[in-house]
Amino acid sequence: MTLAEIIDRLGLQVRAGDAALRRDVERGYASDLMSDVIANGLEGDLWITLQTHQNTVAVASMKGLAGIVLVNSREPEPDTLEKARRESIPLLVSELPAFELIGRLHGLGLTGLRA
Amino acid sequence: MQIVRRALERDLDLIAICDHNSAENVQAVRRAAAGTCLGVIGGMEITTREEIHMLGLFGRDRDLLSVQQLVHEKLPGENEPEFFGEQLVMNERDEVVGCQTALLIGATELGLEEAVACIHAQGGLAIAAHIDRPSFSLRSQIGFVPDDLDLDALEVWEPDAEDLPEDMAVLRSSDAHRLDEIGSRRTLLEMESATFEELGMALKGMHGRRVVSR
Repeated sequence: MTLAEIIDRLGLQVRAGDAALRRDVERGYASDLMSDVIANGLEGDLWITLQTHQNTVAVASMKGLAGIVLVNSREPEPDTLEKARRESIPLLVSELPAFELIGRLHGLGLTGLRA
Repeated sequence: MQIVRRALERDLDLIAICDHNSAENVQAVRRAAAGTCLGVIGGMEITTREEIHMLGLFGRDRDLLSVQQLVHEKLPGENEPEFFGEQLVMNERDEVVGCQTALLIGATELGLEEAVACIHAQGGLAIAAHIDRPSFSLRSQIGFVPDDLDLDALEVWEPDAEDLPEDMAVLRSSDAHRLDEIGSRRTLLEMESATFEELGMALKGMHGRRVVSR
């Protein structure tokens, strides 16, 4: 499933990375600790988080994540937005709380299993 | 050194050098400040397992270095400069003399209480960093200041930070990551001299030393 399809189905708002929305999302990973994503994130993961710090973009870039979704209508900090636009990392916002968003992603067929 | 010049231009008397999970740049700043009226405290901003930034300030370099060694033993990963930038070690003439390879931006395996205990074990002051900021703070990561956490002070960012514990010293400082941020926030302290020992007394309100305003 592409990021664009997920955005369309779940009504996500795109804040950055418009040019990278055709990418396939392999699976999902939810974490609010950046060190955990550094350790356990995999290429192609869609990252669900409430963290708005600019380091999230560096982590997504390093791990080759498909994108970042901020939950609960959280907005990225200005330097986070700037960095995501510069590095073309999809940065999305959902008004849903994490539990609900992840449930719906799973309903679309996305898994969180690592292997 | 530009840091020292900027601190003096901004009329600061005392600064603390607290790189993320590293103390490698402390000596250079101290050497650059020697002979000036600027006091320099060596420290570190330790990232706990919960991704809370905890400042450790130390009176003696050997204590600081011993905590740095422990922090590095508990810090997984290697830096990838392409994504997180270079981690340079500088000398007092602003020249690059080295580069750190550990992933300093990462979190240590030290829990919050462990980090505070490890700072205190070496005679340091444990100060919870920028508790009112939206990332890497006590409030962002666990939502409150635990009553039983043995802190020496809280650092705040906003001038009108609310709901602060009344029985703890509160400092306001710049959290400067860039030269032009140095001195943008500051705390007025009443002390005999600009030293670590005096700061420790001021935070406890001992012997007439005190935090005047932030």
